[in-house]
Amino acid sequence: MLRLVEALGSWGLRTVRGLGRMGIFFFLMVRGAFHAPKKYHPVLKQIHFIGTKSFFVIAFTAAFTGMVLALQGYYTLSKFGSEGLLGSAVALSLIRELGPVLTALMVTGRAGSAMCAEIGIMRIEEQIDALECMAIDPHAYLVTPRVMAALIALPLLTAFCNVVGIFGGYLIGVELLGVSAGAYMDGIYTSVAWNDVYMGIVKSICFAVLIIWICTYKGFYTGVDEGNFGPEEVSRATTQAVVFASISILMSDYILTSILM
Amino acid sequence: MSASPVITIRNLNSHYQGHQVLHDVSFQVPRNQITVIMGMSGCGKTTLLRHLVALKKTGLNQIEVDGKDMGKYQEKELSAYRRRIGVLFQSGALFNSLSVAENIAVPLKVHTALPGEIIRIMALIKLNMVGLVDVADYLPSQLSGGMRKRAGLARSLAMDPEILFVDEPSAGLDPITAAALDQLILELKETLGMTIIVVTHELRSAFDIADQMVVMDKGRILQAGSPDTIRESGNERVQQFLRREADQGSLKTEEYVAQLMA
Repeated sequence: MLRLVEALGSWGLRTVRGLGRMGIFFFLMVRGAFHAPKKYHPVLKQIHFIGTKSFFVIAFTAAFTGMVLALQGYYTLSKFGSEGLLGSAVALSLIRELGPVLTALMVTGRAGSAMCAEIGIMRIEEQIDALECMAIDPHAYLVTPRVMAALIALPLLTAFCNVVGIFGGYLIGVELLGVSAGAYMDGIYTSVAWNDVYMGIVKSICFAVLIIWICTYKGFYTGVDEGNFGPEEVSRATTQAVVFASISILMSDYILTSILM
Repeated sequence: MSASPVITIRNLNSHYQGHQVLHDVSFQVPRNQITVIMGMSGCGKTTLLRHLVALKKTGLNQIEVDGKDMGKYQEKELSAYRRRIGVLFQSGALFNSLSVAENIAVPLKVHTALPGEIIRIMALIKLNMVGLVDVADYLPSQLSGGMRKRAGLARSLAMDPEILFVDEPSAGLDPITAAALDQLILELKETLGMTIIVVTHELRSAFDIADQMVVMDKGRILQAGSPDTIRESGNERVQQFLRREADQGSLKTEEYVAQLMA
């Protein structure tokens, strides 16, 4: 019984300490934007890494999601004789919900995990200590450029995901299932309002911050609590980063939707 | 020994995960000389080094640098201190994604407003000092262990530090490469007048370069003084270390765990 209480207490302390450290990490990440290293702005490099290199994976995901949405949507709408609304259904589902979420999940899997592993390796190989010893703020140097890049790349990737998804839906709905092209496009034009696009943008911005915050935090503190700086800690941190970031994206998606509805 | 020490350590105690790693460590680091901190693995050398380079928080009145208490450092003072020092880590700690020259350029890019071409020239000058100018555009993964250490040394010299900290310069190197690195450290002291603190457990290397030595065991200082003082020490543990004799009997479990934790 005493052991259970001790374990619970220890878990509680660890959790509170971890949350506090995450809060401080967030503050330092934001502060880094105000004293970023002179002349050394790797933001473009990170936009290339997070954005450009994610194009294909996003395109694939978006195209097939749009196609499935069209198939499922056509099946459901045809029961009510409303196939003409297929364009609206696909576009609204993507712009308001699936576009931001799928893009964020894909970026987490592709770029977030890589970031966590890279920073984790820097931690275990004393490279972060080396930065500190060179009087370089590791948060400003490693984390801030990534969050700035993600804030630019993620909304653009989301928009790209939406367009490709709508096109995928068009291919199936119009070319395969015979929905009128005019009805499909007109449905999008008449049903999608600024508020829907706004919701997608807000979500993608929030997800960008969440992905970078969680993935870089996990990498930054790789092995610190365990006092073990072995390679297995990097793999553990990377797994945790992807899992926590994905869960946070899905949870915050619900919260944001309920606020922005 | 110089009249005004650069660093004064007074009764430094340090803990790690509930274990005391350093016990009342006190000594002075003389200016423009090489101080070698040596001892067995797990004796607290690296923890001491982490305190000295401010990677581990130090309490009040335990470490003074030029008379200023490191425990009272605010963020600006800490940054100013770190600009005065250079640190060569045991692994070199080079950034894997950058070339050797780019590694050396990192502190110059961050702390100076110099144009890129000048920074490149300065990086090449530092690489020339350590004899690595030919591999300036190689990635760290393409270098040998000794080259990585020398590249790390070049990076630690990038900002022309007053105090240089070197962690285990000879570890994992063949005797010829290790001797070359020792020679380089001696040249840095003689030509640039640097204060150098070397942490090592390599006896040969330590006696080759030291002006002053500090011998540690189980988180305590056994003896400090000139290399001759250490050689002639009456302390049995120091002599055992110098004679490279194994401990009699097996280590007690608690001692082993304490060493591991350290």
